[in-house]
Amino acid sequence: MTGVGSLVRLILRRDRVILPLWAVLLGLVPAGYVASFEGLFPTVAERLDYARVSATNAGFVTLYGPLEGSSLGELVAWRAGFLPVLVALCAVLTVVRHTRADEESGRTELVGAAAVGRHAQLAAALLTTAGASLVLGAVLTAAMVGQGMPVEGSLAFGAEMALTGWAFAGVGAIAAQLTSSARSARSIGLLALGVAFVLRVGGDTSALSDGALSWLSWLSPIGWVQHLFPYGANNWWPAVLAIVFSAGTSAVAAVLLTRRDFGAGLLPARLGPASASAGLSTPFALAWRLHRGLLLGWTIGFALLGLIFGGVGGSVLDIASENQGLSDIFARLGGSEALVDSYFAGTAGILGLIAACYAVQATLRLRDEEQSGHAEAVLTTAVSRYTWAGTHLLFALLGPAVVLAAAGLATGLAYPQGDLGTILAGTLVQLPAVWVLAALAVLAFGLLPRLSAVAWAAPALCLLILLVGQTLQLDQWILDLSPFTHVPHLPGGDISATPLVTLTVVAAALTAAGIAGLRRRNIPD
Amino acid sequence: MTEAIDATGLVKRFGKVTALDGLELHVETGEVHGFLGPNGAGKTTTIRILLGLMRSHRGSVRLLGGDPWAEATALHRRLAYVPGDVTLWPNLTGGEVIDLLGRLRGGLDPKRKAELLDRFELDPRKKGRTYSKGNRQKVALIAALSSDVELLILDEPTSGLDPLMEEVFREVIGEEKRRGDRTVLLSSHILAEVEALCDRLTIIREGRTVETGTLADMRHLTRTTIQAELSGPPDGLATLAGVHDFQLDHDRVRFDVDTDALEPALRKLVTVGVRSLVSQPPSLEELFLRQYQKDER
Repeated sequence: MTGVGSLVRLILRRDRVILPLWAVLLGLVPAGYVASFEGLFPTVAERLDYARVSATNAGFVTLYGPLEGSSLGELVAWRAGFLPVLVALCAVLTVVRHTRADEESGRTELVGAAAVGRHAQLAAALLTTAGASLVLGAVLTAAMVGQGMPVEGSLAFGAEMALTGWAFAGVGAIAAQLTSSARSARSIGLLALGVAFVLRVGGDTSALSDGALSWLSWLSPIGWVQHLFPYGANNWWPAVLAIVFSAGTSAVAAVLLTRRDFGAGLLPARLGPASASAGLSTPFALAWRLHRGLLLGWTIGFALLGLIFGGVGGSVLDIASENQGLSDIFARLGGSEALVDSYFAGTAGILGLIAACYAVQATLRLRDEEQSGHAEAVLTTAVSRYTWAGTHLLFALLGPAVVLAAAGLATGLAYPQGDLGTILAGTLVQLPAVWVLAALAVLAFGLLPRLSAVAWAAPALCLLILLVGQTLQLDQWILDLSPFTHVPHLPGGDISATPLVTLTVVAAALTAAGIAGLRRRNIPD
Repeated sequence: MTEAIDATGLVKRFGKVTALDGLELHVETGEVHGFLGPNGAGKTTTIRILLGLMRSHRGSVRLLGGDPWAEATALHRRLAYVPGDVTLWPNLTGGEVIDLLGRLRGGLDPKRKAELLDRFELDPRKKGRTYSKGNRQKVALIAALSSDVELLILDEPTSGLDPLMEEVFREVIGEEKRRGDRTVLLSSHILAEVEALCDRLTIIREGRTVETGTLADMRHLTRTTIQAELSGPPDGLATLAGVHDFQLDHDRVRFDVDTDALEPALRKLVTVGVRSLVSQPPSLEELFLRQYQKDER
């Protein structure tokens, strides 16, 4: 374990911007909910009403988890139920970045030759991620106490996030041992996160009906931490599960590390064809090879999301028809039909935002290709810069159309009572907004290649506006910054061509500017 | 006959750093031209300008008679390039990359490819991420050498190859040279390689061309090392014009002598009487070192 201290310092130096960003920003998000919940539901009776509706709404339970009580703290902690997923995502990515990604790029070899123990790299990555999660929890606790919330509940709330970080740091550590490429390690880690999320959703939604499958939640680390129920039961014993899981996965990763060669993964690398198939002879064919896995993965993910959203849509209606009190509330909101419509319009907006993440990721493949030197190999053959960028952008712009269509179709199939056409239209109208975010990434890549990663700020900002815009009652001009604000709400709303055409024109102009920048600049820059 | 590469007064800056500062590079059609310089001298930057990946701030470049920036795509059909640090797509096999790059360039000779795979002892079925540096280098070399192109631009192509493979590389380039219709620009800091393969060479340092010409031309500027066993005292030899670093150990002498002072020095030795004599022509290493020492003064 020699050298762990200096490796931790190295990680802190390399991640001096990104680590504080996620640890502090994510930690501060829930404190913002306190005032908005107080403003929206000032009396106990109102909170009770809201909690009763929310706790039995399968859509809400899917997104945020189970809700037990109706105190202000419980509502805030429940509404922050999406945070563990984000914290887990950050933890997995951070651990892989400082273990397998470094090993693949050869940096580990450089460090490993110095006086550094065999497990030092892994230990340093785990310690740093666990430390950052702890900071996140502490920031969250302090911010909540600062808002006048009870101390024990705030501690439990902070622990919920910190423990999520710990648990998924261990998952990331195992993923990093399995394959020789960082990209596959990330995919395995994210797949594990997806499974944990789906198990949690399965268990929690089952608990709403007969509860036959509610034990599924107890197979998921996300389920455990949500059962701390901050400000309510303040259960501490699920924390033990998370701590044991975190220690266990870290230990397994350490053992796996000793069982493999440096640079290799545990899963064997297979041999492939000795020569290229006849089809692999154009820039487009190459782009297809590089993007098909990503496209397939996102399409499957979107289809699953669509099935979940569609299935939940059915229970929204069931709950409304069974419960007289709720039916009254829905009637005031415009009838159960309108509620289902606005639910699907809402999920379409969420799908659009996730599709934008895919679009940005696919666009930034161009930057990956440039930095890795692959672009140089292609651009010194008879392939122009336009063709090269165009073939990749085809996937960045049309890929989201495929995944949104998959999600829309799956939603419609899982909700046969609805009109498939309008549900599909609801997801597809997101496309122009998705294109604007992809075009911003093209612009960054063309004009400010070294700052390409800044393109991720756009979907992050849109997510923030979507999550807190309504609850914090932000000014309209801030909401208008997100292209998704301008997309027609379908089903239920009116479709108008003007915003769609405007967004498409904006996207086209930004893309053209980015491509013009690419034509003029150094490669690699 | 036009020059295959004609670069005059190239200036390239990256921010405040000047990478090229008036660089000259002239390569005749059909020759193997060595492009030498220490790390950071500007070899890769020059090559990237020749390939139209970057544009120089000043100076003019013609490549195969065209403008490498404006006509990049058309010119690239007629050349093949092997970068100094080859990276492969992690999930494509070596064989797939060779075929793909060849086809993107406008086609490759399958017989030549099979022959080169055999000579370089490369398994083309492995995925890109599993190759070592040397094997990645081989993939790029085979892709370039099995394309039917007029110009090969090789940026330190043997870095990472083991000595046996370096030998194969020399043989292959030697064959290309005998064909006579291919121009090769070979950037390197391995002098023995350049010495063995190149007709002419250009030495650069800190973005400037310090020397260009044939190896023979350059040897005129250099010294020959003489070691001899004498039968008498070498009176007056040490003070002869053009003799340097004179060392005497009993009856053995060792000294360096300028090429134009070689004859008087040898006459002097004969007068004294010689029992044995070893004469070493200047190696490129010495040439290189002397060039840099000269610059530093």
